[in-house]
Amino acid sequence: MKTNAPLMERTRSIFKVRSSDLIFLAIFAVLFLVSSLVLETFLTSRNLLNISRQVVTNGLISIGMLIVILTGGIDLSVGCTVALCGIMATGLQRVMPTTLAILVALGVGLLIGFANGFFIARFKLQPFIVTLATMGVVRGVTYVFSETPQSPVDPLFRSLLGGGFIGTIPVAPLIMIGFYFLAWFFLNRTIPGRAIGAIGGNVEAVRLAGISVKGHLILAYMLCGFFASVAGIILASRLGIAQPSVGAGFELDAIAAVVIGGGVMSGGSGGAIGTFCGVLALGFIDNLLNQFNVQSYYQQIVKGLIILAAVISRRKK
Amino acid sequence: MSADAFLRMEGIDKKYGGTIALKGVSLSAELGEVHALVGENGAGKSTLMNILSGAVVPDAGSISLGRTAVTMRSPHHANALGIRAVHQEFSLVPQLSIAENILMGKLPTRGRRRMVIDWPRAYKRARELLSELGFAGLDEHTRVYRLSVSQQQVVEIAKALAEKPSVLILDEPSAVLSKEELSLLFALIRRLRAEKTLILYISHRLEEVFEIADRITVLRDGEVVDTVRRDSIDQNDLIRMMVGRSFEEIYPKRKTRIADEVLSVRGLTREGEFSDIEFSLHRGEVLGMFGLVGSGRTAVARSIFGAEPPASGSIRVEGTPLRMRTPHDAVSAGISLVTEDRKRDGLVMTATICDNVSLASFPRMSRGIVLKRKLQERLVEGKIKELALKPQRIGAYVRTLSGGNQQKVVLAKWLLCNTKVLLLDEPTRGVDIGAKVEIYHLINALVEAGVGVLLISSEMLEVLGMSDRILVMREGRLVGEVGREEASEEVLLQLAAGVVATEGKA
Repeated sequence: MKTNAPLMERTRSIFKVRSSDLIFLAIFAVLFLVSSLVLETFLTSRNLLNISRQVVTNGLISIGMLIVILTGGIDLSVGCTVALCGIMATGLQRVMPTTLAILVALGVGLLIGFANGFFIARFKLQPFIVTLATMGVVRGVTYVFSETPQSPVDPLFRSLLGGGFIGTIPVAPLIMIGFYFLAWFFLNRTIPGRAIGAIGGNVEAVRLAGISVKGHLILAYMLCGFFASVAGIILASRLGIAQPSVGAGFELDAIAAVVIGGGVMSGGSGGAIGTFCGVLALGFIDNLLNQFNVQSYYQQIVKGLIILAAVISRRKK
Repeated sequence: MSADAFLRMEGIDKKYGGTIALKGVSLSAELGEVHALVGENGAGKSTLMNILSGAVVPDAGSISLGRTAVTMRSPHHANALGIRAVHQEFSLVPQLSIAENILMGKLPTRGRRRMVIDWPRAYKRARELLSELGFAGLDEHTRVYRLSVSQQQVVEIAKALAEKPSVLILDEPSAVLSKEELSLLFALIRRLRAEKTLILYISHRLEEVFEIADRITVLRDGEVVDTVRRDSIDQNDLIRMMVGRSFEEIYPKRKTRIADEVLSVRGLTREGEFSDIEFSLHRGEVLGMFGLVGSGRTAVARSIFGAEPPASGSIRVEGTPLRMRTPHDAVSAGISLVTEDRKRDGLVMTATICDNVSLASFPRMSRGIVLKRKLQERLVEGKIKELALKPQRIGAYVRTLSGGNQQKVVLAKWLLCNTKVLLLDEPTRGVDIGAKVEIYHLINALVEAGVGVLLISSEMLEVLGMSDRILVMREGRLVGEVGREEASEEVLLQLAAGVVATEGKA
């Protein structure tokens, strides 16, 4: 017994499990069981693979959103970044090699993030306002770039990223899971990762420890822009078409996933594992509601209530 | 004690996490009395008054007002019962006028539905109130953000008195007041006492307490030591009651071996904060810095550390000029700053002991940007053992620790990065006496190991007990340096308040 206790403590602290999280896990386990019993189509490999592909977009955006929320910030411009980077990666294929088009799109994502981070850190502006402004700018630039949907020229673009399979497993979810591993490592095992988490807890303490707050804030928003960009490229690849209007409301789904996964909007709390669970939870709920033929309007209501429940259950007493 | 006193608090308990703030505290006081609460920082004075004013809910205990048992549900509820508190932190809205702040929530209205604010009457009412209190010099139309801190204090008091409370709590009201303002405040307190108001007065300035209080309740480590009449006791007795042990027991002796200069500060100036600060700090020395609140002590320390860089002046560490732009420059040069408010700018409350202790030493425990976990754990655990920090589990969250252990986390953070110069700003604020003595021992150990320590404190006994030399600041200037032998409470206070300087000129 004596040797077990510290081990338990250790595992608990590694995975940051709280009793409210356990309750959530239990609820989902029950939901999962009931749906697989009631719905014949639910627990089929086809449906599960479907879900895994559907959560990729939100999953990738949520990594970036998590990093930004850890600093105590928010990024409203991710949805538009998805649209712009998707349409650039697709449209630019007419004039340059696909790889280069993708790199340009990724660069644009980083640039948008840099702009966000720069204005927030340098001028001490509120992230909400700054990213609200860039959200407008980026959406405008997207329509300037192309008013009409773009379809990819390169057939490889489609078959590799969004539609590709390794054996029976689709590529896109693998990319996402890979990025979650990297994010976990970054946030837990590297200096900038720990610094970003600490900034959200107490900016002044971090500054007075001799750590550059500005640099780390800019890095956080750049990573957020990067992940939104990856999400945009993979989405365009999966759909086989890039719409300039895509991405509206994506930022809200990402925030929801982070918060359901234990993130706190004032910063300092949250992690990659929790966010991953949040993404999966939202994906399962969407899928279930679809299978039960619930109208999308009701789906939004249900999702809103779940977010409220998640936040209330984690409220500090 | 009187079983039929107007205010009775009995058996009050309050815990914050693992810290006991109050333990079985009882207090009774009468209308028409000025009742002082004294005790060291962290003794529980403010917590007790926060409970009485409804801001904090006690874990156990009862309160009665005029023989009726009451349960404070909220500050609003306490107000309705006639209890008003003026806290150290102001509750004013800076963008609004003095009048609107004073009358907040009770602005006069007109019209049939009483929906329209009657501004002329509001301003008239505020005007009357201010002159009634003896502060006619303030214009009720002025926005609060334009006021000095002491003027804001006056507005805060006026706001508390707008509804003629029967119990008025003043938490360190004198900290930001000038001498003239303080005598106005005392005149006001005497008038309120004559009008049968109960005034609960928190202060750590004992002279004030002896001037204004009728009775004094002494708190130590969350418990009541005694309640005494002012005329039955002198200051020395009171100090002994507050501290609970002798001077020698608290401030341990150390072997003094003062060596060569480690920090040299020349002509340090920052507009509106301090000017022309010059001093040297040596290896193995504790240099005390004393001054009243607002004298610029904290600003000097923050400036040396690069938190708010100075406008002019130079700083050398071991003879090497220091670039003073950011805290990073200072940390690299071996300077550390323990700030006066660890919750505000010392600790990341959402993070673990391990993260907090590592924060200033990341480059030491990593390859590239990747942390070496084993090394990090070993270094942090080593420091934690050295400081006898409980709990020793480095994954524990800092917010669950007591004040004394939190302060040890802050110290561990700076000890881990091989400090040469340690700037301590109120290092024992809000820690209990046991932890305090431990921190003093720790300072001694550091000094004996050759660190130079600048100790800023508003606790005079601490400065006297720990320092080899003491610098005194007043209004942003260094006004004196006193050696260990000549130093006494009188000398320091006179210098800090400016009495000696005027005598010297005459």
